[in-house]
Amino acid sequence: MILSIKYFGLLAEVTGCSEEKIKFSGKSISELKTILFQKYEMLKNKDFQIVQNNELITNETKITATEIALLPPFAGG
Amino acid sequence: MNRYSRHIILTEIGQEGQDKLSNSKVLVIGAGGLGCPVLQYLTAAGIGTIGIIDFDIVSESNLQRQVLYGASTLGINKAIAAKARLEDLNNTILIKAYPEKLTHKNALSIFQDYDIIVDGSDNFSTRYLVNDASVITNKPLVYAGIYKFEGQVSVFNYKKGPSYRCLFPKQPETGSIPNCSEIGVLGVLPGIIGTLQANEVIKLILGIGEVLSGKVLYYDSLNHQISFIKVNRSEKEIQKVMDIKTVFKALDQEINCETPIRIISIKDAINKKNIQWIDVRDTNVNPEINHSEVFQIPLKDLKQNLNKIELGKEQILFCQAGIKSKKAASILQNHKIHSSFSLKNGAFEVMEYFNNKNYDR
Repeated sequence: MILSIKYFGLLAEVTGCSEEKIKFSGKSISELKTILFQKYEMLKNKDFQIVQNNELITNETKITATEIALLPPFAGG
Repeated sequence: MNRYSRHIILTEIGQEGQDKLSNSKVLVIGAGGLGCPVLQYLTAAGIGTIGIIDFDIVSESNLQRQVLYGASTLGINKAIAAKARLEDLNNTILIKAYPEKLTHKNALSIFQDYDIIVDGSDNFSTRYLVNDASVITNKPLVYAGIYKFEGQVSVFNYKKGPSYRCLFPKQPETGSIPNCSEIGVLGVLPGIIGTLQANEVIKLILGIGEVLSGKVLYYDSLNHQISFIKVNRSEKEIQKVMDIKTVFKALDQEINCETPIRIISIKDAINKKNIQWIDVRDTNVNPEINHSEVFQIPLKDLKQNLNKIELGKEQILFCQAGIKSKKAASILQNHKIHSSFSLKNGAFEVMEYFNNKNYDR
């Protein structure tokens, strides 16, 4: 399937785009992470949570939606 | 009362709602980009008691967004300067300035005096401290964080809702995510996000509308993209915080300890030879680990049981989440025992290791 992935905050600077579409044939979030880490090595060192269908999910969650977002914590105040 | 007439004529607020605001006590952590609009609107709204904690002083580069300050307050502590400005805005309420750093030592006693906590801090160590102290004192926390043109807002610890750690369990390493002073920020952004925080505070007090609990509002000021991200409460994360309740005040010393505590992963620990496993949790905590190789010395009894430390070996200290064990390692260091490690995660990993070990036999 084709996933649409949004990158929030500084993750957009790491990937060089705020949104992209990627082909994905895997099932789990950890498989998706592996693909993204291969594509963007710097992403490995960043803290973020993965959002599917506007809901926070864990590594074990299966990917069922095509809308994914990567949300980092923001320190600034 | 004329000052609040525009509130009072709203049927959703009325005199009763205005009285609720007057009887509320709100503590604002940080009087910077987020803190300024929060403080301004809460003061104007007539919140009865407002606390401001900030150790920093006003500098010229703050004036681009920190709207409570001006040329006359450059070099003055922000809590003090904000209090003076806000007392001019509303002299009918009580404003308390804490011109000091929020620490593990002072957080719980300050938080106790307030009903709602607002996080407007600018670094992760303070954010996690604010979260943990809010969980322990059971106070709702109105959180926001900003980055360049984007912001996040949420309400934590509200009616059994999630905490900040349920959203971001792991504290990022210092310096891994830059703050406004390092990377810049659109001046009006904290104005927008801080005003959203003030709005949540007022809704919490009045009991009107829908409180932003169990979800994070994400806002991008460049394209007005707004998303709501659902967050579930994690009992595990809440419990980790409750587990450090009794040692909370002492955690600062641990951080400032001259000799750094050595942290070890389970993988590295099990590869060591000649080690002594020590469980520093209180007794009867799950998972119970009953194994001949594991000594049980609860943290509170450690000083009285130093003779049980086998000095020819290296100690692997563990607890539920790697916090009490750090404290234990610090205690051992203070008694000139430098052979100990604090296990990074905790008891569940140790249990798994010993279970597998038994199985292998």
